[in-house]
Amino acid sequence: MAQSKDEVLAGLAALVNDETGVPVESVVFGKSFAEDLDIDSISMMTIVVNAEEEFGVKIPDDKVQELKTVDDAVDFIVGAQA
Amino acid sequence: MTRPPLKHTTGSEFTRIYAVGAARGDVVVPNDDIVGPIDSSDEWIQQRTGVITRRRASENLTASAMAISAAREAVNRSGIDPSEIGAVIVATISNEVPTPSMAALVADAIGATPAAAYDISAACAGFCYGIAQADALIRAGVARFVVVIGAEKLSDVAEPTDRTISFLLADGAGAVVVGPADEAGISPTVWGSDGSKWESIGMTKTTKQAFTDADTQLPTLRQDGQTVFRWAVWEMAKVAQEALDRAGITSADLAAFIPHQANMRIITEFAKQLDVPDHVVIARDIEDMGNSSAASIPLAMHRVLEEHPELSGGYALIIGFGAGLVYAAQIVRLP
Repeated sequence: MAQSKDEVLAGLAALVNDETGVPVESVVFGKSFAEDLDIDSISMMTIVVNAEEEFGVKIPDDKVQELKTVDDAVDFIVGAQA
Repeated sequence: MTRPPLKHTTGSEFTRIYAVGAARGDVVVPNDDIVGPIDSSDEWIQQRTGVITRRRASENLTASAMAISAAREAVNRSGIDPSEIGAVIVATISNEVPTPSMAALVADAIGATPAAAYDISAACAGFCYGIAQADALIRAGVARFVVVIGAEKLSDVAEPTDRTISFLLADGAGAVVVGPADEAGISPTVWGSDGSKWESIGMTKTTKQAFTDADTQLPTLRQDGQTVFRWAVWEMAKVAQEALDRAGITSADLAAFIPHQANMRIITEFAKQLDVPDHVVIARDIEDMGNSSAASIPLAMHRVLEEHPELSGGYALIIGFGAGLVYAAQIVRLP
């Protein structure tokens, strides 16, 4: 079931908020997980595992390293759903 | 040619842990003492690992000396005579020489000679591997009592500038005596390995390279933290659940959850994934003691029983997981 980029962004923002408490409105395109949102590598992995379940995709460990921004993550998830 | 049939043995149908012993590193090392070389802070370490202090051993305190102390306490508390010990198993990555084993030294020191003695290399899963072996040896009638020890001096393989694992590492030894029982005190072991992730936790180089490299620096530990975290929580939650299922109980039947003390974030997320009820005591020894690999589970068990003696006789889920990657889990009745 493919979702739009905005739908994925909204779902991702909820997962980020759930794990870290970062407000959903802060999770927007153009933001970096580590630098802008101050999300550490362990929280990032929790978000990734929850995102796999939420979006029905597989995100391999080596791919996680490349998902540095909200755009990277949304693009990857939308691409993997297609 | 006719041949006479070979005799064989069987032992006690059931086994249990009789007693626990512990020996900690003698130096308290707070985060502030180690943040300099990793350009970090007390807050950074606490946020990522939950560790505030770790115990490390001073230069002359060896892993084998701590193993002997812990084993002596366990044997004394068990009430058995050392001559009844049929095997001594040490889980360690800290033996100072590839051979002979640390176990032979410990066996002799605690008066167990001529018990069988050997080390096992299963990193942070080593203690649970040892419990699996002790249970099997006793049920097979190969040994009546087995001493299982996890002993580490990880400060020897900690690189002060490493930002992946070194700040977690601690020194210590924990030991148990396993023997025959009237009812099951150790559940079927769920164990295994995944060598496809062999490189995710390991040494920076081989020992031989250390002698040929120009810098001659000894190998130290390192890990791919994210890969290990994911495996340690979500894959190990499945293993822990399988151990509960094979024991025929649920997490609500537990008195304590004593996972390998890898990282507080792992322990917390692990408990969440397993849906551990509030009444279950969760071992969080890592907060002030650090991660002592194979020693961490018996050390944490020792502390849980010191702080909550009323849990004696209750069930504890123990699960070890680490470099290999390897893992093992059981439900044990607390002594």
